[in-house]
Amino acid sequence: MKRRNLALSIIAIALLLLFLIFADSSLDSYQKRILNLCAIYVILGLSMNLINGFTGLFSLGHAGFMAVGAYTTALLTMSPAIKEQTFYLEPIVAPLANLNMPFLPALLMAGILSAFVAFIIGAPVLRLKGDYLAIATLGFSEIIRIIFTNTQSITNGSLGLKSIPPHTNLWWSFGGAALTVIFMVFLIKSSYGKAFKAIREDEIAAESMGIGLFKHKMLSFVTGAFIAGVGGGLLGSLLGAINPNMFRFVLTFNVLLVIVLGGMGSITGTVISAFVVTSGLEYLRFLDETIDLGFIEIPGVAGLRMVVFALLLMMVVVFFRNGLMGTNEFSWDKLISFLKRKFPFKKEVGH
Amino acid sequence: MTLLLKTDGITMKFGGLTAVKDLNLEINQGEIVALIGPNGAGKTTAFNMITGVYKPTEGKIHFSKKDITGLKPHLITKHGMARTFQNIRLFKELSVMDNVLIANHLHLKASYLESILHLPRYRQQKNASVKKSEFLLERLGLSQFKDEKASSLPYGLQRRLEIARALATDPKLLLLDEPAAGMNPKETDDLTHFIKEIRDEFQLTILLIEHHMSVVMGISDRIYVLDHGITIAVGNPQSIQNDQKVIEAYLGVSEDA
Amino acid sequence: MFFQDMTFELFMQHLTNGISLGSLYALIAIGYTMVYGILRLINFAHGEIFMMSLYFAFYGVAMFAMPWYVAFIVTIILTCLMGMLVERAAYKTLRDSPRITVMVSAIGASFFLQNLAVVLFGGRPKAFPTVGLFTDVLKIGTVSLQRLTLMIPIATMVFLWGLLYLVNKTKTGMAMRAVSKDHETARLMGVDVNRTITITFAVGSILAALGGIMWGMKFPQIQPTMGVMPGLKAFIAAVLGGIGNIHGAVIGGFLLGIGEILLVAFLPELTGYRDAFAFIMLIAILLLKPTGIMGEKISEKV
Repeated sequence: MKRRNLALSIIAIALLLLFLIFADSSLDSYQKRILNLCAIYVILGLSMNLINGFTGLFSLGHAGFMAVGAYTTALLTMSPAIKEQTFYLEPIVAPLANLNMPFLPALLMAGILSAFVAFIIGAPVLRLKGDYLAIATLGFSEIIRIIFTNTQSITNGSLGLKSIPPHTNLWWSFGGAALTVIFMVFLIKSSYGKAFKAIREDEIAAESMGIGLFKHKMLSFVTGAFIAGVGGGLLGSLLGAINPNMFRFVLTFNVLLVIVLGGMGSITGTVISAFVVTSGLEYLRFLDETIDLGFIEIPGVAGLRMVVFALLLMMVVVFFRNGLMGTNEFSWDKLISFLKRKFPFKKEVGH
Repeated sequence: MTLLLKTDGITMKFGGLTAVKDLNLEINQGEIVALIGPNGAGKTTAFNMITGVYKPTEGKIHFSKKDITGLKPHLITKHGMARTFQNIRLFKELSVMDNVLIANHLHLKASYLESILHLPRYRQQKNASVKKSEFLLERLGLSQFKDEKASSLPYGLQRRLEIARALATDPKLLLLDEPAAGMNPKETDDLTHFIKEIRDEFQLTILLIEHHMSVVMGISDRIYVLDHGITIAVGNPQSIQNDQKVIEAYLGVSEDA
Repeated sequence: MFFQDMTFELFMQHLTNGISLGSLYALIAIGYTMVYGILRLINFAHGEIFMMSLYFAFYGVAMFAMPWYVAFIVTIILTCLMGMLVERAAYKTLRDSPRITVMVSAIGASFFLQNLAVVLFGGRPKAFPTVGLFTDVLKIGTVSLQRLTLMIPIATMVFLWGLLYLVNKTKTGMAMRAVSKDHETARLMGVDVNRTITITFAVGSILAALGGIMWGMKFPQIQPTMGVMPGLKAFIAAVLGGIGNIHGAVIGGFLLGIGEILLVAFLPELTGYRDAFAFIMLIAILLLKPTGIMGEKISEKV
């Protein structure tokens, strides 16, 4: 059985690689961009699911962590010349002006800085519970955004950063997504992952079983923020331009949509749902834009796309409370037994 | 005989209400001690103070000669105290096995990173916890359910699982909050034997809250009786059974009646 | 220092501005606090209900050329209906669900309304109609103010008096207080819990509409995202005062409104951080006294 599963996994990975080679060489840049976005949303979704789905902390500060990651990566990878051009209103502070490094260390720095911010924020807010935690993390995320709008010489204020080197490609984004999935599977399977779930299930019981609530919540929060920071860095590099307004609560809402739709506490669910939601949001773009059918023009309605998505989210919450996967995960055994039930072999049926 | 737990006049006030007043427990190693009293007498509040859920308004708690007053519950558990809950608090959505494994987490020495990367030191400790958990489940007759969701177990087995989970933390003192609640006479009888057995097998000291007098009288070395937060009697089962104040408390006879 | 430019007149002007902004926060905050008191959940869509009320008033006066008093009454009725509708769609179906689910649904409702406003009314800002009776400038001594600036706090006090009468002196109010203590017990005592919750949403929405109308006249630019910040700040005001407590919401609203205006007045270099002020207050109160200024402690039963 184990061997069969291993073989199946290798085949699946090989297929994914083949697909990426194909996609990289034959898809147009718009299609590639959507695939990149999907993979980045896998990373972002998993990072939020760790905090909200697996540890049961209702944190709404994700946009803040992504902002920290995106700005860090951008500022560390932009060349001094571009930075000088970009910061025309007020020059960039000295140490940042000449700092320049390759993409990978910049992404790691993004993660580390974001994790550090989470650590500072977590110290006070992780003592709060439920709605209070949600609103306090949301508040901190807004504070980060407001600070970024006002620190002209570090972030270029509301003008934002442009001409961010476009390092993000399918290999980076899918590589990052794959690494995040593997990391999450290992983490959740480990004793710490189980401790996180115990906190989600019942804080008082978890504490009585010797699990330090604050320490473990902090670990989850900081780890999630690290991953979110890296995801933010990839996103910034993909988009090429960022400004503080991008990191409003809407961004957190999009990621929340992914994890709720996929199932809070399911890695598989988040992966599937990241692809469905991201490509869905792109696909539904036609709702906002004018469609020209040659003989007739159907005017698009700005905002309709988000109306549809908000409705979708509410319907999922009301009718399919557990999302796509609940807290279940994919396994070859489950898939095969499911297929067997759906398409029984003849010899098993005939008598 | 060595003294394991000693509370020095612990008192718990909620606003104007005094739930427990001046409670002085002394529990020796290896004893089974019961805490009884009518509903609302403050028994669970006493448990919550001892296990760190509440910080006593006054008084000190010493556990194996250390002052544990005001420590967080998880640290008290690390000192060797474990409990079950009156209204079962299992990790409902997790498997029976995971419920017990989680109680091993406090002994884990491997760091966070070592654990995520499943490095040798972590794997070694994990294998040990799995073995220990399997043994505990086997011992408590739960092995066949180890992959089931905790919430899918029948009520009686859920209570057992709570005990298995508490034992996995390697406690010196086990606190049981109404372990026989909702059980029929046969099950209650089994439980009485079972508590004695685990006491001997795991070298435990046990403090329990219980309403079933057959359990209390059958296994307790000593009994503390609370009424309206006040300790009204202490003694062995026989003396408690004949204590006038206890009888009055239970029958609800007040002095001016 | 920074006091040198601050004349008494200027200070009074800032203070009255702060008081009227605080009144508006208070009116919106009451909606949050009442819903929280009764359902123990943050009505994330409340800011959007407030925003919608401004559009109703705008269309009433500007498009359908209604006299302002008719338009305002229609606005109040429509907003009230919308509040009840939101309760029905986003909350009622989830009454026994985990809180996290209800909160996600509430956030969904908030986004739905915000984007619906973009679809229906367009994303571009619109100018709220001015009503001379309220917006004319008044001179008291050397201090010049819009009439509105003085009317808002007075109107708020009147509405508040009405609300307190409703909550403390009427049967409906008694039902509300009973439901906020314990749904099950209230039901056993013969209180129609669902109806009481609907009424709570209705009352909260009416106050949001009253706040919205006055907000529109004071800051006459409306757009679909405008509910977010006042909504968040009013929520913070509710937490500041002790969520679930009506007096607390009012105190919190005034503290926040006055604090915000005076901060910008005295430290103009911090103008960019104006919105951060509320969040910093929120975090400070959550850390120092999570139950707020007037709140009571709620502890979990073990």
